[in-house]
Formats: sequence, C-alpha cells, structure tokens
Amino acid sequence: MLAAQVSVARADAERGKQLYESRCIACHSVDENRVGPAHKGVFGRKAGSAKGYDYSAALKKSRVIWNEKTLDRWLANPERLIPGQKMGFSVPDAKDRADLIDYLKTVK
Amino acid sequence: MVTSRRSFLNRATLSAAAVALLAGRDALAASHTGAKGDASSDIGILNTALALEHEGINAYTLGAQSGLLQKPVLDVAVRFQSDHKEHRDTLAGAIRKLGGKPVDEKPLAEYAKALHADTLKTQADVLNLAARLEMGATNAYLGVIPSFKDSGLAKVSARLAADEALHWAILNNALGKPLPAGGMPFGA
Repeated sequence: MLAAQVSVARADAERGKQLYESRCIACHSVDENRVGPAHKGVFGRKAGSAKGYDYSAALKKSRVIWNEKTLDRWLANPERLIPGQKMGFSVPDAKDRADLIDYLKTVK
Repeated sequence: MVTSRRSFLNRATLSAAAVALLAGRDALAASHTGAKGDASSDIGILNTALALEHEGINAYTLGAQSGLLQKPVLDVAVRFQSDHKEHRDTLAGAIRKLGGKPVDEKPLAEYAKALHADTLKTQADVLNLAARLEMGATNAYLGVIPSFKDSGLAKVSARLAADEALHWAILNNALGKPLPAGGMPFGA
C-alpha cells in the first residue's frame, strides 16, 4: 500500500508524454520550431535560446534557466515568471506539471 | 457556379458574424488605453492564437495539395480550413481593435517542414495529423482562457475551442477511432 502511494506521487514521464501530445502539441514539437519553440534539449537550457525561433522580447532577455523549479513556475503561470511572454497557456494541476517536466527531461 | 455563389454568400455572412462577435467591443480598446500592459498581454495571446490558425490553415492546404484526400473527406477538409480562416479573421480583427499588429503567416514551405509533410503517405496520415492539431488547438484555446484580461476575449477563446473540438470529433470518427474514455476529455 505504501509503495503504491509513493509510485502515484512520483513524476511519470510516460504520462507526461501523453499530456504533451494532447496539451502542448498545438504549438510545440520536440524537433521543430512551430508556433512555439522546439523542446529538444529544453531542460537545462536558458530561456529564449532555441535556435531559429522568434521569441518575445521578454524571453530573449530573460536569465531563467529551465529546471524543475522554473519549469513548474512557468507552466503554472507563465506571465508571472516572465512578464511580457506570449505563451499564455498554463497547466493548473501540479501533478500534470510534474509529469510534463519529467517528460521534458527525456527529450535530448 | 450556384454552389460557389452560395458558398461565397455563406462566407460573407459568416465573416459578418465573426465581426459581430466584436461589436460593442470598441469599449475593449478604450478600457485598455489606461492600462497599456493589459492590452499587450491580451494582444500577445491573441497573436499566438493567430499563429496557430495560420498553421492550421496551411496544414489543410498541405493535406488538400497532397492528393491523398478523396471526396467526401476532401470536402470536409476544405470546410474545416474555411472555419480556420474565419477564426483567423476574428483574431486579427480583435488584435487590430486593441491597437496591435496581427502576426504574419509564414510561407507554406515552412509549415511543410515543421509538420513533416513529407511523411504523409496516406489519407489516414493526413487525417491523423489534422486530428492531432485540432485536439491540441482545443486544449490550447481552453488553456489560455484564464490568461485573458478581458472576459469577452475569454469567451471568444471558448467559442474557438468549441469549433476545434467539433473538427476533432469528426476527424476522429472518420479515422474509426473510439470515443474518449470519459466525459470532459479536453481542457483539464
């Protein structure tokens, strides 16, 4: 019972991939810049630095480095983390964010 | 000829309805003048949505030009593209009303590369791509609703989400895929 409870709380990259393919796919893909920047290598990358993507001024000058904490804050409320951003989309549920972030760690 | 005339008239009526969505929203611009930051935020989100519509329109162009779609599926794709053009015009109109500049459409070749159009080999491939984009768009429009400063724009976003969900449902059915496991599959 305790082990099952622990596994439910742990981030789930497979579930994160499913969430990515239903929530994020409108604007993003792993390999290509589309409406949003490509996510390949996003974990550990400086915000606003995907090659070839036309970022907002806010993202270009941001010093945020994408890690678990900053991605969680970004997905919860992008405008609060980097005012002037142009994504606008948020992920209200903490478990959804954790799973998405766990998936994003894998896209290298 | 009659069909195309009727279609033209329908498009004109639909465009007027889209503009009517924003009727009385002149107050929208006025209400934002004293708070420039608010307008910039809504304009940014609207332009992201407009970029989404540009991509959707071009995705359907790629599908139609692929030669892979057969009637009546081709007719449905053209109709859905027409809906996205109406969305585009509605969003561009809202952006201009707020004093912003609508984002430009990219060349078709850029969309073809980004969407891996060269991998589309069958009608089902095209429909699967369209269905994925429509599902994503539904979730995107629902997901940005809390971010709008103006509740009228939030309603526009909800209506656009409804169109995308309609598209997804028809495409999903055309592909012979099952219904979602439960209610409320979008916008979690």
